[in-house]
Order: sequence, then C-alpha cells, then structure tokens
Amino acid sequence: MTNVPPTTIAPPEEVPPPPPVPALEMRGITKRYPGVVANDRIDLDVKPGEIHALLGENGAGKTTLMNILYGLARPDEGEILLDGKVVDIAGPSDAIARGISMVHQHFMLVPVLSVAENIILGEEITRAGGFLDRAAARDRIAKLAEQFGFDVDPDAQVAKLSVGQQQRVEILKALYRDTRILVLDEPTAVLTPQETDEIFLLLRRLAESGRSIIFISHKLYEVLAIADRITVIRRGRVVGERLPKATTEDDLAELMVGREVMLSVDRGESHPGAVVLAIDDLRVKDDRGREVVRGVSLQVRAGEILGIAGVAGNGQDELVEAIIGLRNVSGGTVTLAGQDVTSAAPRQMHDRGVAYVPADRHRYGLILSFSIADNLVLNRYNRPPFARGIVRNDAAVLEEATRAIGQYDIRTPSATIPAGTLSGGNQQKVVVAREFDRDLTLLVLDQPTRGLDVGSIEFIHRQIIAKRNASTAVLLVSAELDEILEVSDRIAVMYGGRLVGEMDARTADKNEVGLVMATGGRTAQASRGAAEDGAAGVSTGSGEPPA
Amino acid sequence: MTGLRNALRQIWATMALPLLAIVMALVAGAVVIILSSALVPGHGFDPGLPLTAYKALFEGSLGTDNARVETLVQAAPLLLAALGIGLGFKAGLFNIGAQGQFLMGAIAAVAAAGALKGDGALVAIPLSLLAGCAAGAAWGLIPGFLKAVSGAHEVVTTIMLNFIALALLSFLVSGPLRLPKSPQPVTAPVSDAALPIFIGRDGHIGIILAFLAVPVVWFLLFRTTRGFEIRAVGANPDASRYAGMKPRRLIILTMTVAGLFAGLAGAGNILGINHQMSATFSTTVGFDAITVALLGRSHPIGIMLAALLFGGMRAGAALMQIKAGVPVELVDVVQSIILLFLVASPIVRRLFRLRGVKASLGTTDTMARTYGNEVIR
Repeated sequence: MTNVPPTTIAPPEEVPPPPPVPALEMRGITKRYPGVVANDRIDLDVKPGEIHALLGENGAGKTTLMNILYGLARPDEGEILLDGKVVDIAGPSDAIARGISMVHQHFMLVPVLSVAENIILGEEITRAGGFLDRAAARDRIAKLAEQFGFDVDPDAQVAKLSVGQQQRVEILKALYRDTRILVLDEPTAVLTPQETDEIFLLLRRLAESGRSIIFISHKLYEVLAIADRITVIRRGRVVGERLPKATTEDDLAELMVGREVMLSVDRGESHPGAVVLAIDDLRVKDDRGREVVRGVSLQVRAGEILGIAGVAGNGQDELVEAIIGLRNVSGGTVTLAGQDVTSAAPRQMHDRGVAYVPADRHRYGLILSFSIADNLVLNRYNRPPFARGIVRNDAAVLEEATRAIGQYDIRTPSATIPAGTLSGGNQQKVVVAREFDRDLTLLVLDQPTRGLDVGSIEFIHRQIIAKRNASTAVLLVSAELDEILEVSDRIAVMYGGRLVGEMDARTADKNEVGLVMATGGRTAQASRGAAEDGAAGVSTGSGEPPA
Repeated sequence: MTGLRNALRQIWATMALPLLAIVMALVAGAVVIILSSALVPGHGFDPGLPLTAYKALFEGSLGTDNARVETLVQAAPLLLAALGIGLGFKAGLFNIGAQGQFLMGAIAAVAAAGALKGDGALVAIPLSLLAGCAAGAAWGLIPGFLKAVSGAHEVVTTIMLNFIALALLSFLVSGPLRLPKSPQPVTAPVSDAALPIFIGRDGHIGIILAFLAVPVVWFLLFRTTRGFEIRAVGANPDASRYAGMKPRRLIILTMTVAGLFAGLAGAGNILGINHQMSATFSTTVGFDAITVALLGRSHPIGIMLAALLFGGMRAGAALMQIKAGVPVELVDVVQSIILLFLVASPIVRRLFRLRGVKASLGTTDTMARTYGNEVIR
C-alpha cells in the first residue's frame, strides 16, 4: 500500500515536502466533441496539499477537463490516476466516493433547509429504524467547522446566508464527505474583495491539512495570490506551467490568450458635456413585487462613464431594466436629453439613440437558435434595407452581418450558423456589434464582460471607451470592481437599492470601495466583522434588500 | 461540393428523428398486429400478417386513383389545422384548441351556407368559407387574448374552449340550426355552398386551398418581418421584447391565425364532404393535427409530408381491415406511437446514436417550457 492515508493532517505551520506520488494525475486526456477537440492530450498533476490553479479563457477546455475528473464526461483517450493508481470514474457519485468534490459556480444548496441539513443531504446519518440522527450530524459539522475555522452556524437557514457564507457551506459539504481533491470553479466570481480574502485563507488551511485544491479561474491576480502552481490551458491544450513566484500577470495573460494583451486599457481623459441621462428618485419593483430600487437619483453627462459598483442583487439589474424600458417604474422619473422617458418602450429608447448590453445575454441579448446575421439586425429587422415593406431582405441582412463580423472581429466560420454555437466572448461581440454600431446618445451596460476571457474583455472595454470619446453618455453597471475602477470616470456604489457614496474613479481606493459595497458605507472604517454583517443581509436570490 | 453536403447533412439532421419515429412506430404496430391477432380464438400466430396489413394499407392509400384522391381528402384538414398549430409552436404556444376551432369553423360554415341558400355557388362558397375562417379565428383569438392580458395558459384555455365548442355545436344543431321536421337533429344541407369536386369521387376544391396554404405559411414565417417576429418571440420572448417586438400582440395574432386555419379546415370538411351537420358530428382532426405538426417539426413542408402520411393511413385503413382483418384502429395505434417516440426523442437518439441530429424537436421544447409559469410582459 503506497496510498497516502486520506485524512493525514500535516502540521499546520509548514507545508510538507511533496511526496513522490501525486494525489491526482491526469495523463494525456483527450476529449473530442463533433467538430472540436475540447481537450487535447492534457497532462495535469496535483500534489497532496497543493493549490493548483487551472487558468484559461472561457472555452479553453477547463470545464471539460473537470467534468471528466468528476465523472460527468468520459475521456476519449488518456487516464486518471489517484495516488498513482489508474482509476475509472464512472460518475459523480463514484467521484465523491473517491474523495473528489466540486464546488460549482452556482451553488447546489436547498435554500429552505438549514446548513446542517444541506451538508448531510445524501449522506444522512441514521439511527436505528432509519431516523435521522441530527445531533450526531451537527456535532460532526461543528467539529469540522472548528478545525478549519469556518464561521458558519449549522442551524442557520441557507436562504438567509450571504453568498460568501453559502460558498463556505459548499466547501464544508465537501469536507464532510472526506474530500481529498476539491475543485472550485470560479469561486470568487460572486464574492466581494473581503469575502475573497476570507475564502483564500480558508483554502490555504485546507491545503495545509493535506487536501489538494484545483482552483479554476481566469482572474490572473487571484491565481497569483493563491496558487502553488499554475497550469495554463488554451484551446484544449496545456500551453504552460508556472510558479507564481516566477511569473507575472502579463506573462500569464499572454500564455492564456496566445498573444500580448493590454490588461488595462488606457481610458484617457474624459470631457463631460451636457447632462444626457437624469434619474430622479427612481423606484422599481422586482418580479416578486418588492421594491428593490428605492429612490435612486443620478446624472450621466455626454462623454463620461458613470460606473455603478455593487454586489450583484442590490437592485442594479432592475435599475437598468427600468431605464431601458423593460421594467415598469413605480416612482420617480427618467429624463433623456431633457425629455421625460419614464417607462418608455424599448423601441422608443432605441430610436432615441439608447443602446443596452444586458447582464444576461442569453436572456435579453441574443436569440441563441437564430443565426448570427439575424441576431445582428434583431432591433432593425423591419427597417430598410433589411426589409422592404413586410418582406425581409436576406441579402442585405447577410451583407450587414459580414461587415459587422469583420469590424467587430467576431470569430465564426459563417454568418448563418446559430449564435448559440459561438463562445461567450464572441456572443457578446455580436451583442456589442449590434448595439454599438450607430451614433448613440446613451449607452447602458450591465455586466458587459461577465464570464468573458481576457481578450474579449479588453476588446469590449476599448469599444466602451471609444463610445465615451465620441460623446456618448455611458452608464456601466458591474459587480466586477476592477472593471469599474479601470473603465469608469466616476463611481457610485449601489447597496440595498440605493446609491451610497460617489467618488472619482481615478483616485478611488479598491479596498475602500469594496467595503462600501459590502456595508453600504455606513461604517466605512469599521472592522471586518461589520463587513460580514452587511454581506449577510444580501441574499443570493434576486436581491432581497437588506433591512 | 461542401455546400451540397452541408445541405444534405442539414436535411438529415432535421428529418432523421421523424423518419425513425415512423419506422419504429410501424415496427411496434407490427408487434401489436401479431399479438392481437393471436388473441382471436381460432386464429393462430401469424408472423406474416403485418406485411399483409401494411401492404393493404399502402394499396388503400396510394394503390389506385381513388385511393390517392382519398389520401388527399383525408390529408387536407390535417394539413390546414397542423399549419396553424405549427405556427403556434414557432411562437412558443401550445395550441390544443385546433379541435374546437375546427368545430366552430364547421358550424359557422354550415350556418352561413344555410342562410345563403339560393344565392348561387359563387356567393355562397366564398362567404361560407369565410364564415368558417372567422369562427375558427375567433376561437383562437380568445385564448390568445386571455394569455396576453392575464397570462392564462393556452393549454388550459384551449382545452376548455374545445368542450365549449362541442357543447355549442350540439346546442345549435339541435336548436336554432336544426332542420325543421327532421327526425334526427341535423342542420339543413349546405346546398349552394357545397364545394365542387374537381378530381375523383370526392376530391373537393378545399384540398387546393389546403395545399396553397403551405407556401403561404412558409412565406409568412421565413420571408416576412411578422414571421421573423413570431419565430423570435417563440425562441426568446425576453430578447424579442428588448428588440422592440410586442410579444402580447404576436401571441394574439398567432393564435388567431392558427384558429383561422383550423376553422377553414372545418369549413372545408363540412362543405366538401359531410354537406350537413348532425349533433353527433365527431372528428379527431384537431388532435391528430397536433401529432402532424410535431412530426413535421413545425415546418410547413414537413407538416405537408406528415399530413400526407397521416391522410394516407386514414385512407388506407378500410382496405387494411377488409384484406388483412386488422381493425382500422391500428392506424390510431401507429399514430400514437409516432407521437410517443417524437416526444421521447432522447430515447430514439440514444438508440440510434444520432450525433449530428438536432438535439430537440424545438416544438417539444415548447411543450415542456409552456408548462412552466412564465411571465409575459
């Protein structure tokens, strides 16, 4: 038996020297889907107690590789070794039994159950007669939580926890199942900077206990901060392995994208003109009839970018949907270039030179089953030259599509394939091409780069700044604080349906803004504990505003 | 020629599933034939029986000129009603109401024909057909309107309206429209409005209208801006709304047009075949048309082919019973199994390892999706 016992706890103060046998080894993994090689002879090894980052753009093959590890997909070639022994992972339950756990971006928790109930789900401890032994389960969870310094109450209802706490429940769930290899898929996408720091501390403790962690991300600075080793994947292949000490963000970006990338675009100076968008005391309800925008007032001038930062679910989506005419306003006014446009229809806003890039491009931005060409004219399909009377002119649509595909660098074999077959970045380029390609008075962007790779982000940021320089008023909403800081001219933070705090983007401090995002700015100088309280009030759903 | 190869691959991707569903249904039907005939006392196990039966079915639908005309006669109402249902599928609507719309069309046509007695065919025929269209359209507009203003689900409302149409029909035929002094409750014959026969024994001109509707619907769907809107709203109502389309209006429009087609089918049948309506008038056209629309994958051409298939089976069923002793109901069995395989398409795809074949029927997505509660804005 050369096995490393699964629950060996290394002394916490020093990382044990790497044993000869990796905890996990994936050799020559190849997975082909019709028309694409998702994984091409990928080698990956993860040592016990190592945090191994898997870095790559969207569509690079990270998810496929992890699905193979988790038994959700079968490799066409290659083998998986656990502790040096070849294994055949039949499915997720087999993977879990072998000590592999995955924490998905979208949590798999039952909101109405308690933390303890969620953790034992599927792995219930029963007493004689098949009754649930809650006390035993609670004890075991409490012990685990204490061992790793989790700050989670086993009896709390999951629905009432903050996103960060829910994530910790997911990790606890994995630990409860004696996980040895923990895969985290973009774990920080939903967290504030403070929550990110906390989760990193926790991951470090887990690694010190001998568990291996695979950390999937496309955020370079995070990977550098947390990983012991970084494997970069591009187009289904491993293109490099780096140690954080011996690399830089620029180096990683270039590996990941395959060419040199400008990580931050030069936004230049803004020259604000007249007020284009003026919002006064705007109130908006969400689908469930709760007021989630509670009296927002703001102004955006021509030629400036107002960035609205905030943890997702604080009313930002409803705010932009109300501006754009997709959601009814329950109070207040929206004025565009001096004219009242409160509750105007989307097409009226379009005709007044307003463009919108939605947060959910699959829901509002694209019709995935329609061709790229049809998507590119989705808001003007009924106007010349795309239609003569009621008859569509396919030739004109195709011609326009070919032009836009060239100009906006949309990578596609043809204009007639369904938009759903494109990668996320290229899908977003289709939206951007359609929305940006005319003179605009106002541009509203909601999370325009969510889920995109570095190359696409760079492209879209450039386009936004170009619009700003062409005297368009830009309203940029993002939960990605770096994006707000890099692109905006002015920053406002949205918290609990209100705008709290406004600052100059060039002088704003990231940690300070992060704290305002988490607390609503009531206690900007308060301790970490206060930040936690604030975050705890923000639920994951569509944004229960903190009381 | 990669263009040609791609086109062929495209066609295969679209047609593989319906074709396999048909083949598998015929195989399943053969099993049913063998087993059920073996149950008949004194009748042995006859593995050759399905072949005899299917041969007779084929002969009865395509074997003679009369058989071919009968196939067209049977296909026409299915085709019209299914075109309407398919349009609904494209718009994301699951219209179960073709049956009621068909009945309303038939009764309005018969009522109009009665009123126009003595006005000559040139007046009576078009006006009676129009009356049928209008009544069917109205029966489609109601659920469309209810869905648009209140979100009432069209599956529920159209089923209700089917019952209402049936009750209305018996009331009208045994009351206001009843032919005076007739022993049974029947309406007056359609007289002047009877559709002329142009081919075979009962090949009425309604058939021409039905087949003309195919290019009309195709043009509407794929060449007009309105058709683009219908498809867009069906595929993604939210994105369509943001793009400036008006989902509510399109829902009402689509349901109305669907009702119009089903109404025309009803009018065509009563004016072309029955020539009179009795209180026991019964049909399954409206329901069979749902399977036809699904089998045709909501595409006008596909629907036409599917309608011809189903029409042919209806036309040939009698000969099958005579020649092979297999009851005509076997056709219902085969049709139902086709529907089963279509709706359970993942099973078929796994069974035959269809890779490039389109993952879903699109229309079955509609079925699954429309059962969820969606918010229309």
